[in-house]
Amino acid sequence: MTPVQSKIYTDDVSLLMVLIDTNPFFWNSINSTLSFSKFLSNVLAFLNSILLLNQLNQVVVIATGYNSCDYIFDSSASQNHNQRAENLLQKLEDFVQKDESLCRDDSVDGPGFSLLSGSLSMALCYIQKVFRSGPLHPRPRILCLHGSPDGPGQYVAIMNAIFSAQRSMVPIDSCIMGAQHSAFLQQASYITGGVYLKPQHLDGLFQYLSTVFATDLHSRSFLQLPKPVGVDFRASCFCHKNTIDMGYICSVCLSIFCKHHKKCSTCG
Amino acid sequence: MLRKETNGEERRFDRDEEEDEEENDRGLDAWERTYADERSWESLQEDESGLLRPIDNKTLYHAQYRRRLRTATAARIQKGLIRYLYIVIDLSRAATETDYKPNRMVVVARQVEAFIREFFDQNPLSHIGLLTLKDGVCHCLTELGGSPESHIKALMGKLVCSGDASLQNGLDLVHSLLNQIPSYGHREVLILYSALSTCDPGDIMETIQKCKSSKIRCSVIGLSAELYICKYLCQETGGSYSVSLDEPHLKELVLEHAPPPPAIAEFAIANLIKMGFPQRAAEGVISICSCHKEAKVGGGYTCPRCKARVCELPTECCICGLTLVSSPHLARSYHHLFPITPFDDVAPSVSSDPHKVPKNCFGCQQSLLAPGNLPGHSVACPKCKQHFCLDCDIYIHESLHNCPGCESFRHSKSQ
Repeated sequence: MTPVQSKIYTDDVSLLMVLIDTNPFFWNSINSTLSFSKFLSNVLAFLNSILLLNQLNQVVVIATGYNSCDYIFDSSASQNHNQRAENLLQKLEDFVQKDESLCRDDSVDGPGFSLLSGSLSMALCYIQKVFRSGPLHPRPRILCLHGSPDGPGQYVAIMNAIFSAQRSMVPIDSCIMGAQHSAFLQQASYITGGVYLKPQHLDGLFQYLSTVFATDLHSRSFLQLPKPVGVDFRASCFCHKNTIDMGYICSVCLSIFCKHHKKCSTCG
Repeated sequence: MLRKETNGEERRFDRDEEEDEEENDRGLDAWERTYADERSWESLQEDESGLLRPIDNKTLYHAQYRRRLRTATAARIQKGLIRYLYIVIDLSRAATETDYKPNRMVVVARQVEAFIREFFDQNPLSHIGLLTLKDGVCHCLTELGGSPESHIKALMGKLVCSGDASLQNGLDLVHSLLNQIPSYGHREVLILYSALSTCDPGDIMETIQKCKSSKIRCSVIGLSAELYICKYLCQETGGSYSVSLDEPHLKELVLEHAPPPPAIAEFAIANLIKMGFPQRAAEGVISICSCHKEAKVGGGYTCPRCKARVCELPTECCICGLTLVSSPHLARSYHHLFPITPFDDVAPSVSSDPHKVPKNCFGCQQSLLAPGNLPGHSVACPKCKQHFCLDCDIYIHESLHNCPGCESFRHSKSQ
């Protein structure tokens, strides 16, 4: 490696991990006001603009599917220097087909949740690989383009990923495509210091992405980005699933109850 | 071979005296033998362009990590999650020894600071207090509290050594302080002992029996040499005793105490503890903060019982005494309750079917092949059968606590 490299690695070089939600039940449901193809064209324009901002910027795309997650695109791979969009779309189509073939449920109630914890974990493993590559590396961040509702079974895994991202100082930004807010991603962005946004007009998605999420981490201190609004950190009790202000916690298994019991029903 | 031709005459003297070492004696002094046995310069390699290749320590780190994982069993053992830990730091004359650079006291303070941060990261519901052994008595440096900054500030301000260390006085003070805590908490002491003796006013065996009956788990990390009394103390109370060899080893030993130890059920009575989940106050609201006793704008949390404002969580409300936490603090401890299974080693074999072992690590997409297209080391998750590289294995088990393979497949066994 020529020593000239060290002069080009300025503090605004970024590695952007984009986690795209490809849950077909969400994109075909009434909750989505944007079609998947329009969404993709906005995202592709955004990814190209990121790569234009700095010669050393890097973009990695991971698809969050309904049954599986996989890497779709890595801008540092040599075969992706030309025909980026074609390669990305081809791999994405292969992924969606494979995801559909893995489907075992015949009917699903509502949009169902996609596997966000899987793609977050894969993104964090990739980021650790970048940290290990030496003292000169881009500053990584994660952007979740998510629309599916939160799956309660993923709470523990997503919180583990959030705390690991907080320790590695990797912000998790979120852009919500669906109709309702995502409590998990609100907590993720708050704890890791990222930006949470639910755009009001989804046809202008490219404008939201390029004004809010395109700036690198160093330059964010000079911008007024959307502030977190009312993140609710209250817990829900295990017995009724209501959010509670005050509750009783078992000292052994940390289960939360709204009323005092003689014995914990989880661990006894 | 390192034979010192020039000093042949002096060598004959040594050879007469060290006859028992003749089989090992290649005419070398003891310090030379360490270099002859491990010739670290010979393991340097050059790549194609003549530049030095960094020494591959990966398999070494991985072997160390596997050993650590095996000792800290990942089985579902009940762990003490709500811990009340006192750290007793020895600031006697022995702490001015310079075998640790610059001296033992500074090294211990540095490691304790790192430990406090790691401890609150892994055990957000627990409390730490600091005690010092100086001039034959034990002083209380900080009370049991949940804020890492206040402990670290107090520690760094009071680093002066003098006098003798008294183990009995330390244990007496810990015993009286830990008697006041609620019954569901696990009582622990970590003693960082540099001295080689203890200057006690009475019978230390009685004190040890008192600690044992109060169910206090005492662990000691020695900096000089092994002491019988420390070993006896740890054996009686169920703690662990280790002696550190150098600063990196000390760091490893101290950080071993950060994750919760296996709990003995009778030691802490399972109880339902009342806790509050405050909401964040709206921006721009002016209120008087109960911890700093001054008016503050915005931020802060409101206690659900008495409506007092507190600055940070987790904390105990100063006015009504309710423990205030937020759900992420509870979630930080969940990985102790639901640990992931260790991955299985996959031995690299040349004859293995190329379709069975994938070319890239599932987590980070790094190539699993060693240079030269030979099969390299990898590990596989026993549940989802995905392959990972050694570095991802360490990261997943030490920091992430999620298997990316199990989380990425909806119909895997863990879902």
